[in-house]
Amino acid sequence: MLRFDNVGLRYGVGPEVLRDLNFSIAPQSFQFLTGPSGAGKTTMLKLMLLSLKPTRGTIHIFGEDAAALSKNQITALRRRIGVVFQDFRLLDHLTTYENVALPLRVMGRDEAGYRAEVVELLRWVGLGDQMNTLPPVLSGGEKQRAAIARALIVRPELLLADEPTGNVDPSLARRLLRLFVELHKSGTAVVIATHDLSLMDQFGYARRLVVGDRQLRVFEGEPA
Amino acid sequence: MNDAAPTIPADSQLKRDMPLVPADSIAGRALVVVIAILTFLACLTAGGAILVAEASQSWRGDVSRDVTIQIKPRAGEDADALVAAAAEIASRAPGVADATAYSKAQSEAILAPWLGDGVDLGQLPIPRLIVVHMQPSHREDLEPLRAALAAGAPAASLDDHRLWLSRLDVMAGAIVVFAAALFALMIVAMGTAVGFATRGAMAGAREIVEVLHFVGAADSYIAGQFQRHFLRLGFEGAGIGGGGAAFFFAVAALASLIARRTAAGAEIAALFGAFRLDLSGYAAIAVVAGAIAMLTGALSRRIVFRQLSLLH
Repeated sequence: MLRFDNVGLRYGVGPEVLRDLNFSIAPQSFQFLTGPSGAGKTTMLKLMLLSLKPTRGTIHIFGEDAAALSKNQITALRRRIGVVFQDFRLLDHLTTYENVALPLRVMGRDEAGYRAEVVELLRWVGLGDQMNTLPPVLSGGEKQRAAIARALIVRPELLLADEPTGNVDPSLARRLLRLFVELHKSGTAVVIATHDLSLMDQFGYARRLVVGDRQLRVFEGEPA
Repeated sequence: MNDAAPTIPADSQLKRDMPLVPADSIAGRALVVVIAILTFLACLTAGGAILVAEASQSWRGDVSRDVTIQIKPRAGEDADALVAAAAEIASRAPGVADATAYSKAQSEAILAPWLGDGVDLGQLPIPRLIVVHMQPSHREDLEPLRAALAAGAPAASLDDHRLWLSRLDVMAGAIVVFAAALFALMIVAMGTAVGFATRGAMAGAREIVEVLHFVGAADSYIAGQFQRHFLRLGFEGAGIGGGGAAFFFAVAALASLIARRTAAGAEIAALFGAFRLDLSGYAAIAVVAGAIAMLTGALSRRIVFRQLSLLH
């Protein structure tokens, strides 16, 4: 599904911030991307999302060489990826409902056709009463849940989540993680960037991709 | 995901379909004002050019219908006999509808306002005039008349007003070209303003554009959103400007109608006719305003596409 071969990244003429990245993410797999703050977890996610181009090496995504993809092809591939940003990236002038429905709207789908789906997901993440609320009025946890709902609404083949439980209480964090697990069981490959060790310990079977010292080490999970 | 009640909010209960590019912004309002002013000026220019073109057509029609035969009296010649002979020849020439000779008294009366009351015009060799009305089908064909006069009345000279006509043509043409140049300048100014506004809007909506890209929006979709936004602003501004121009011409027509009774008003009426745009003139204003609105939308779409291509 996603494969990095000798990938390196540098900004301008500076030193490489990430180097010799060699790993792959299999379909229907579950992994944590971890490492100390500033190690490059978010940068790794941006490379996976093709919003950054590597300065060397190759990235293959859904069987395609990312370097050879046109803008339209990248757009089409992004529709198969759900992403949860650490800073949520909700659009402040759209309601919670409109934010969550955004990926379906840009696909040109009819609003009447996806309304039930969006409403159901919003209720499931506990935002049933906030559908008409604008993001600036939401709490941090509510924004995070809205961001997660937006990533899940297209039932992506690959989910990239950057610190998805960083702003919620432990019980909601467990509930959200259960959502990720359910998504994983239904066939989605999940990559969760976090430095929450207790969270990772709850999923001993998950792989761990550890970023540190500009490189990446892969630790396979325990057999389930 | 199935623990929620399956009730779906009705349309009225759900706020949705907000434009992805925020509708209200200070830059947007400023652009509406700029488009309104430029549309107003462009419509005034277009309307003014139409008035001048129509007035010049009217002058041209009036002047080209008539030609004048002039007879300069010489000592020892009977001017009245020469005029009568020339009028007779002219009235029989092909293409002439009728020929009217001005009497000596009429000719002097024409000159009196320029020479004053204290001059004895009887002592002056006042040229005698014959006004010839041509048939509409022979307006341009003066050669038979010229030949007949040369043969039968060599003292007569024919003035077909071509000099005046060519001057009128040059003047009207110059005004129309000037109006076209002004119009082009206004379109360039408007295009530049729209360009600035679009780039400003894109810079302000950078995060929106990024999020749209991440959720799988194609460049054409994003450009379409900006185009819709600027098309709305364009129609708003062009509507105000075009409406203002139409109102201006309506008020000007009314004012010229009232002012016609005064000497200055009569002069203006002689130059611009009734200063009244007909329906096609108002239609031209509507077309100009509509074209400016469409141009605003199309231009913003093109600029957004170019800016998006620089992001990757």
